[in-house]
Amino acid sequence: MRQIKHLFIFSALVLLMGFSFSNFLGIYHQTILALCGINIILAVSLNLVNGFTGQFSLGHAGFMAVGAYVSAALTTLWLPTLTNPFLMTEIGVNLFFLFALLAGGIAAGLTGFLVGVPSLRLKGDYLAVVTLGFGEIIRIFILNIEPIGGARGLIGIPQLSNLYWIFGFVLLICIWIHRIVSSIPGKQFMAVRDDETATSAMGLSTTRIKVRSFVYASFFAGIAGGLFAHYIAYLNPATFNFNYSFQIVAMVVLGGMGSLTGSVAAAILLTGLLEALRPLQDLTGVDLRMVIYALTLIVLMLTRPEGMFGRHEIWEFFKKFKKSPQGFVR
Amino acid sequence: MKRFNSSLAFLFLALAAVGCKQKNQNVIRVGEFGSMTGTEATFGISTHRGIKMVIDDVNKAGGINGKQLELISYDEGGKPEEAVTVVTKLIAQDKVDIILGEVASSRSLAAAPIAQRNKVPMISPSSTNPKVTEGRDYVFRVCFTDPFQGKVLARFAREDLKAKRAALLIDKKSDYSVGLADFFRKTFESLGGEIVIEQNYAGGDMDFKGQLTSIKSKNVDVILHSGYYTEVALTMKQAKDLGIKTVFIGGDGWDSPKLSEIGGKAIDGHYFSNHYSVDDQDPRVQDFIKRYKALYKEVPDGLAAMGYDAALVMVDALKRTNGQVGPVFRDALAATKNFPGVTGVITIDENRNASKPAVILKVQGDGSYKFVKRVNP
Repeated sequence: MRQIKHLFIFSALVLLMGFSFSNFLGIYHQTILALCGINIILAVSLNLVNGFTGQFSLGHAGFMAVGAYVSAALTTLWLPTLTNPFLMTEIGVNLFFLFALLAGGIAAGLTGFLVGVPSLRLKGDYLAVVTLGFGEIIRIFILNIEPIGGARGLIGIPQLSNLYWIFGFVLLICIWIHRIVSSIPGKQFMAVRDDETATSAMGLSTTRIKVRSFVYASFFAGIAGGLFAHYIAYLNPATFNFNYSFQIVAMVVLGGMGSLTGSVAAAILLTGLLEALRPLQDLTGVDLRMVIYALTLIVLMLTRPEGMFGRHEIWEFFKKFKKSPQGFVR
Repeated sequence: MKRFNSSLAFLFLALAAVGCKQKNQNVIRVGEFGSMTGTEATFGISTHRGIKMVIDDVNKAGGINGKQLELISYDEGGKPEEAVTVVTKLIAQDKVDIILGEVASSRSLAAAPIAQRNKVPMISPSSTNPKVTEGRDYVFRVCFTDPFQGKVLARFAREDLKAKRAALLIDKKSDYSVGLADFFRKTFESLGGEIVIEQNYAGGDMDFKGQLTSIKSKNVDVILHSGYYTEVALTMKQAKDLGIKTVFIGGDGWDSPKLSEIGGKAIDGHYFSNHYSVDDQDPRVQDFIKRYKALYKEVPDGLAAMGYDAALVMVDALKRTNGQVGPVFRDALAATKNFPGVTGVITIDENRNASKPAVILKVQGDGSYKFVKRVNP
């Protein structure tokens, strides 16, 4: 019964968000919201690795690229060759899109597994460098595949993604990750973060735990990539360079390592800020956006080095909890 | 807690993006998007300067049919996804009537579907990839395409250099390079020439001695190097070391000050095709160069000239519609015929591409280009 109730609340929420966003906002604000939503998924999923498991990954954009290209290749190259009449209908196309998204996510998760198994035996700086390298390898690999556009980019992707899809996945993934980190395997992630030696002394395989967290994160990044590809309707390997990975890391650090709502807030802030500052260009004549963007990061990091929310979730501030529900004192 | 509140307040402030602008009937809104920052910042800045010159000229002269032009430019930092956001903003928020942009084909390809969907005419100053305008009746360009450039080079090699046997050196990673070489081959062979050898490399390579040695043994009259300036300069240097005296020819990918910086004296005597030449004695060109120099204190590069021409073609079409925009303007734009621009006489063909001359330039050892000839389509 409880599940049905939750499912009902969830669908109502998605419909409400999708409906209000698509009907009361112009396409420009919708585009910004869509990008916010995609960045939320990326930040929240990276938080699983960087925040909750304490492993520093710098290759998130690479996994997003895998998901984006796999799903876009399915809908752009494979879908038009299928002759099943069901796939011509609105429902059929959307179901195929869901399938493509999941396929992209699974491909990204698989890549995450292949990258994670050798590299997650490393720690700290070494892991950061290795993931950075893998992220670039994935991008260069895509750059050399001719059928999906190579350096020119993949054109003609059907615009299937919309705010219903994006915010449906945002809600689903946020809830999913929240449930992961509140479960026993999630506690294992945090155990690895807090004391790896103690965790392995307890008889747990820390590498396995780290790989699991990494695969989850890559899977979600792949979904975000699929949503991105079908919203922008054009893919270019240059989009997924390490700058994008850094941006996602900035969101996680700014929001607070280990705070899901922090990542959500930071993703909205950083995505929205750059767009909100555009009018400034009209007033001053020079593009000050990146200067202010960088200054915001510096000021926030100096005043709150632990990130906006630290390790807390937003509701903990309102309930004035001394202890977080997870049971550890910060 | 206090800090937390202030950061929340900041968040909402950032989210409160500005509202819609009022639509003024007596103004024609022109939107421009380009890379004013990022690795290709000079592309966007040069193009913007060229466009701004035209807009200011028109407004000083009283506008078009009493209507002033308003230029709204946004920077997308060279990122395709940001090009999508700013073009959406131009159309939805700023309600522009015409869009000018972009230099790089990747950003034009990202933005063109949006312009097409909203039926806002878009003019790309210098995206040469054929796919940009393909199947989109609201997307135009004022530059030639890669196929045309391949043809021009083949004719120049065959008719002016009297070459019979040619070698191809192709960057397999670049769409531009592969396409250019393909079209060169077709025309060159149809004119009775022969492609003796084809060698490949990947953009970013530093060593071309292997490819050059194979080419040397074939005793060719001309070598087509269809890549970008960095590899071109390195190849020429190594060719000189190997004692190869064959002439190199190539496309507009050569056009950069870096060519002589890297290549030094080795680049002397080779030819490439480009959009315009600063040595062109045409009074229109010289006048443009003089005014550009006075305004911005530097010699305009090809992209500035293309931006200038894109805006000129737009103004010309607007004059013919008496300042009316929308579908009427689109039709006028499509009917552009024999328009005298700085980069040559521009005619928009049925595929919304510009049919216009290319210039052949000879590279000098000191890094300057000597105007050789103009090749008409």
